[in-house]
Amino acid sequence: MSPSDTALRDPLTPRPTLGRPDDYLHSEHTLRSWLLTHDHKRIGILYLLSITFFFIIGAIAAGLVRLSLIVPNGMIFSNDTYNRLFSIHGIVMVWFFLIPSIPNTFGNFLLPIMIGAKEVAFPRLNLLSWYIFMVASLFTLADVVIGGVDTGWTFYAPFSTTFSSAWVVPALIGVIVVGFSSILTGLNFVVTVHTMRAPGMTWFRMPIFVWTMYATSLIFLLATPVLTITMLLLLMERGFHIGVFNPAIGGDPVLFQHMFWFYSHPAVYIMVLPGMGVISEVVPAFAQRRLFGYRFVAYASIALATVTFLVWGHHMFVNGMSEYASIAFSIMSFVVAVPSAVKVYNWTATMYKGAIKLRTPMIFAMGYVGLFVVGGITGLYLATLGVDEHVHDTYFVVAHFHYIMVGGTSIAFLAGLHYWWPKFTGRMYPEPWGVVAALFIFIGFNATFFPQFILGYLGMPRRYHEYPPEFQILNVLSSVGATILGAGYLFPMIYLVWSLRFGDPAPANPWDAKGLEWTIASPPPEHNFARVPQVDFEPYDYSEREQRT
Amino acid sequence: MNLSQYPLLLWPPAASAIAQETDWLILAWTALALLLVAPVFVGMTWFAFHFRAGRNVHRGVREGRNHLLEVGWMVIPFVLTLIFFAWGARVFDEDWHPPAGATEIHAIGRQWMWKFQHPGGQSEINDLHVPLGQPIVISEISQDVIHSLYIPAMRIQMETLPDRYTRLWFKADRPGVYRMFCSEYCGTDHSKMDGELYVMKPADYEAWLAHAGTADSLAAEGKVLFSSYGCAGCHLPGATVRAPSLAGVYGNPVPMADGGTIVADDSYIRDKILDPDARKVAGYKQIMPSFKGQIPEDRLVPLIAYIKSLGAPNAEPNGEPTP
Repeated sequence: MSPSDTALRDPLTPRPTLGRPDDYLHSEHTLRSWLLTHDHKRIGILYLLSITFFFIIGAIAAGLVRLSLIVPNGMIFSNDTYNRLFSIHGIVMVWFFLIPSIPNTFGNFLLPIMIGAKEVAFPRLNLLSWYIFMVASLFTLADVVIGGVDTGWTFYAPFSTTFSSAWVVPALIGVIVVGFSSILTGLNFVVTVHTMRAPGMTWFRMPIFVWTMYATSLIFLLATPVLTITMLLLLMERGFHIGVFNPAIGGDPVLFQHMFWFYSHPAVYIMVLPGMGVISEVVPAFAQRRLFGYRFVAYASIALATVTFLVWGHHMFVNGMSEYASIAFSIMSFVVAVPSAVKVYNWTATMYKGAIKLRTPMIFAMGYVGLFVVGGITGLYLATLGVDEHVHDTYFVVAHFHYIMVGGTSIAFLAGLHYWWPKFTGRMYPEPWGVVAALFIFIGFNATFFPQFILGYLGMPRRYHEYPPEFQILNVLSSVGATILGAGYLFPMIYLVWSLRFGDPAPANPWDAKGLEWTIASPPPEHNFARVPQVDFEPYDYSEREQRT
Repeated sequence: MNLSQYPLLLWPPAASAIAQETDWLILAWTALALLLVAPVFVGMTWFAFHFRAGRNVHRGVREGRNHLLEVGWMVIPFVLTLIFFAWGARVFDEDWHPPAGATEIHAIGRQWMWKFQHPGGQSEINDLHVPLGQPIVISEISQDVIHSLYIPAMRIQMETLPDRYTRLWFKADRPGVYRMFCSEYCGTDHSKMDGELYVMKPADYEAWLAHAGTADSLAAEGKVLFSSYGCAGCHLPGATVRAPSLAGVYGNPVPMADGGTIVADDSYIRDKILDPDARKVAGYKQIMPSFKGQIPEDRLVPLIAYIKSLGAPNAEPNGEPTP
């Protein structure tokens, strides 16, 4: 326990007062000062509020989907309503929560601080990115809620261009526009990392979180334009009957899948890499050990961002693509698992001979590793051609990517949120409630999604509103799990808000963690560092603790 | 066997040798996966307990890197998993190549039903009857959006594309009633686009065919269409217009005007009927009109079956599909 912690817990010592005039939260108070801010920390907080809102919308849609699937005969909603619900869930969760979740909140807030910079390279572009995000996301949300879209988040042609009678065009426009917020953020991060590192902050002194942000930004820059083009082509076919994908007017029915997955597979790593970055910060902090195999983990991030562009065909093994192409995509998908496995083994090895404190962020992080491993292994099953022929487009796939997206990304998001909450807000969250929430989420998550692996292997196709009666018990089990999971998410929403007013004031470094963000006050001053830091230490430099024991 | 009598099903029935092999594949895969992840789960749990803060254990100073270990846990699991890449590719290869002599059934998907056509001309909606022990090839095409024909008991599915034939095959080895689904999302009633697969003993199947089928065989039906759409006017020997004879075309290479050759399969013939301008045949003037939008998919199937039945040049069409 650091001296500052002792001071906090001694009732005779006066509490340190908050509201230092220069911290970024209190430097200015007007709404205008938030809406026109160029401060990367404030923009991070704006993003945090926005994506939390969209998470709630997406979660409500998911809850209604699970409610509907309690009965096999689809009596609760009409088929069209059900199709709209899962489309809202997919579109909102992928584009308005998962993709911006960690990069645009923690990334914006922490990346400049972690490399010793006072700002991102282009503060105005950063604010523009948030405005683009808000305009596009609210526009799309209005469309999918008021008008309704029934294409799923995948927009497969020719259904989306010719046969759907829903409001597809506004959703496509929304997705095109929101892509630019990703591109601007990616550009900003790449330039920031290249040009604004503090003296002595060499590439291999950067925390892994920065490496993963850098790798994610490369994908933002390289993959998002492909999505923009693909969606524009959909728009042209739907709006102007220019045949691109619909064979009836001269298009190719499989082309859309190639173009869509050329973006959307790399997009998986936009969602996965930042989570890996968070875990790579949390595990060393709570094990009080330097990250094992730091360089391998850094290289693995770049490797993932590269190889992920070569595996899109594994979404298409059963669409008549040539046998040899399928085999090539299968083996590349086995290759892309290697860097992920490296990270998992390194996190485990980091805990060896550590001094482990099982605080909330660490519990989330350990849960993350377990769930991510299950998601990763089942991903390899799906890359296995003979298995994919059976479980493709079934609940097995649904379970697999939820283990990656929810078990992985969103749990990493919660790990990071608790870990950096004192830094963001200057307040501690209530530890016991954090542990309770983590347990609820872990149990609820597994109860929701593990039965779906069995359902998928039994052959229940995804996006099915009505299903055969022999699948009912597993579906009910899954819906019960979703209820527990939903309750688990409610806890942090309540106690984190509560902590803003009633939480203990946070010291600069509540976890005895390493990294530049822990060398400055909580919450950080407006310009991060009073003096530009001179970096003459390695990342995760816990050797002092290691020497001591 | 009626699946809906099972209140809780945990493992699907397997009705073909490949289905059983797929089960062994995923079980063996799971065994390896458990082996590979055991160090992570056991290690994390044990470290969290044994090395918890405040507990007095020997920690020492440990190296932050160990190249042998790091390369080892990268390479060894990768090589082991490649076993399953190869096994999966082998199963896929088997599924890709139907054996000679398989019976060909045509499936036409549209929002939101399946139509199956047997070689003898019998057709059925949503349900499909097949004989036990006989390899069945299902040739699929869609009239509208992308569907996917999925038979869990055979552990196989294949997308049903508009404008392009795809196929899957299986050889059922257990009689019973199994489920079929559309597994590619196709709109409002996607989840109602399902049916049942009846795997019958050959004698029962023959009886079912005789009972269901009063119509002509597909090829014979196609011969009638061949005349009624006017194809015969040009493509039969002795016609006034000089058009290539179709006898013996199916399955053989066709020389193209641009120099290459194309093997005439179902897709090629379909393309030539609907879009004859696209690939010009060497030695002939392209004068054939397009039949796009005029011949529905379920009539293209018998038409192609007829052209397929035109064996060697000058041979009398016998109305039977060639194996």
